[in-house]
Amino acid sequence: METVYFDNNATTKVAEEVLEEFKPLFCELYGNPSSMHTFGGQIGRKIRQARERVAGLLACDPTEIIFTSGGTESDNAATKGTLAAAPGRRKVITTRVEHPAVLTACRDLENHGYTVVELTVDKKGQLDLVELEEHLDDDTALVTIMFANNETGVVFPIEKIAELVTGKGVVFHTDAVQAVGKIPLDLAKSNIDLLSLSGHKLHGPKGVGVLYVRKGTRLAPFILGGHQEAGRRAGTENVPGIVGLGKACELAAESLEDENSKVKYLRDKLENALLQKCPGSRLNGDKDNRLPNTSNISFEYVEGEAILLMLDKYGICASSGSACTSGSLEPSHVLRAMGVPFTAAHGSIRFSLSRYNTEAEIDYTIEKMPPIIKKLRQLSPFVST
Amino acid sequence: MWEYTDKLKDHFFNPRNVGEVEDPDGVGEVGSMACGDALKLTFKLDENGIIRDAKFKTFGCASAIATSSVLTEMIKGKTLDEAAKVTNRDIANHLGGLPDQKMHCSVMGREALEAAIENYRGGGKKKHELEGRVVCNCFGVTENEIDRVVRENDLTTVEDVTNYCKAGGGCGGCRGEIEKIIEKIQGDKIKQILTATPRRAGKLTNIRKIHLIQQTINEQIRPALRAHGGNIELIDVEGDKVIVAFRGMCAQCMLAEYTMKDVVEAKLREFVSDGLFVEEDKESAQQPHNHRG
Repeated sequence: METVYFDNNATTKVAEEVLEEFKPLFCELYGNPSSMHTFGGQIGRKIRQARERVAGLLACDPTEIIFTSGGTESDNAATKGTLAAAPGRRKVITTRVEHPAVLTACRDLENHGYTVVELTVDKKGQLDLVELEEHLDDDTALVTIMFANNETGVVFPIEKIAELVTGKGVVFHTDAVQAVGKIPLDLAKSNIDLLSLSGHKLHGPKGVGVLYVRKGTRLAPFILGGHQEAGRRAGTENVPGIVGLGKACELAAESLEDENSKVKYLRDKLENALLQKCPGSRLNGDKDNRLPNTSNISFEYVEGEAILLMLDKYGICASSGSACTSGSLEPSHVLRAMGVPFTAAHGSIRFSLSRYNTEAEIDYTIEKMPPIIKKLRQLSPFVST
Repeated sequence: MWEYTDKLKDHFFNPRNVGEVEDPDGVGEVGSMACGDALKLTFKLDENGIIRDAKFKTFGCASAIATSSVLTEMIKGKTLDEAAKVTNRDIANHLGGLPDQKMHCSVMGREALEAAIENYRGGGKKKHELEGRVVCNCFGVTENEIDRVVRENDLTTVEDVTNYCKAGGGCGGCRGEIEKIIEKIQGDKIKQILTATPRRAGKLTNIRKIHLIQQTINEQIRPALRAHGGNIELIDVEGDKVIVAFRGMCAQCMLAEYTMKDVVEAKLREFVSDGLFVEEDKESAQQPHNHRG
């Protein structure tokens, strides 16, 4: 059975080209870039090249790139580092729909005497910028708002938000883990102060990420130790990870156009067919402001985990916002914040595509999905058959 | 991904006895859409009072569907007295076991069976009524139900109770109470494994007292307020006077005074010191920040 992988917002396949660059760094070029000898020193050049490649994708200066262990570390470093550098301010603004890497970190701040504001979203999952503006004050140290939502793909008007926030003299961070490589970024022209990205979401390796720090942004280091990353992030560099991420960013820059034409075409084809062929289905999110690869569809009166298991039997990989798949007992906090009714939240399925998906895979899924929904509806006490 | 047994997967992919028995003798309906799973069980007796036919309809995950399916197989051919003895453990064992976090599916099966039998014996009483005081408001779980899963499954932690009947799995505001129910039933057995909650000390230094108050607010009070869109902030401690500010929904809530006396003060007295009393810092509550409505 072939695997049909539609769970690219969870993680992605490492690109073959990335793997090729990655390989020699284990048994041949294994030196420490901090060493004085040539053997180690040559690794420093590799890291420099990776930094330039990342900067190329983000359109920023290479010195503004800090390598980390991934998106979660970048988010934590941005939050805690900003607050440590602004001890007089005690307020943080975020949204209800953030990834746990931001939301959990922010909620923990409440236990340390900070005031945390979680902005609400509307039915489409969009923010009310007036609400944000009302909350911005002299006590606000940081605003952290995701670029694109991992569950629904909804893209926030980040440039506008960054302008508004930094205009009031407040630091602005965005978790762009889902956006980088899928939509074009131009940080040189933007007002974003801090931005997180993760390697394994854009066909790079796991365990590596980046925190972009705009020149002049005050940020206390989060991990202390050696002088790596110009003293901003201690610890011997994850050289294979960094080099792999560099290559992945280079590839992402080249295939950005593909994302917005080919991937979007496939996503739209899948989405339209499922909405049409499965009665009682609805799209979650803002249709017009979305990542080109993500589709979140609710199938009413059936439960997401059951759908996933049936899809799994056909080798189709997707994910769900249902309670049963989250390990908690409540459905997705994102869908709940959007006011999606329980009848639909429990039966939500996320398909997230990549440039490696094919039209044949889409057609196969369009064929398999409707009978699965029909079968589960026949089991459901809420549907009369 | 959950570790499901082959038998469970078989019952999920090929569920037995799906549907509703025609002209049923007993009907049991438990769960709800909001809870994420629901089961409707119907059965028909033969002239000797033996369950001749049983069918189910289930909304829920794979294990909810499989437990319902296996339950119908288990009770067919049994008298009502025999069927009434089926426990949630029996159902789980019939599937070769369930993941811990899915044990509540077996409890749902047992509850539906009980409701259906009750419905028959009560001459058509429509629904399984909740009995006893509701402890977990998020999932509507009563003290009786918690008491029962603890006894029947020999549970010793709050996490276990959540796995078996969902209580405590929402806002978490009732975890302290669940802990007390477990403590009452299991007694000494759990003394050493209880999770760390702030414990009252003897004489407190000022710094220790403030620390304990903050810890109690963080762990015992905030989760419950948060579930209702509110929040609380510790402003100051002056001797025995604890000054707090309510945020979000709590700030505008007519019940704030009640919440303060009933929840905040009670918790602080319980976990920190009997002499404490609470005052609200109205001025700071009027600031627009931290509105979660």
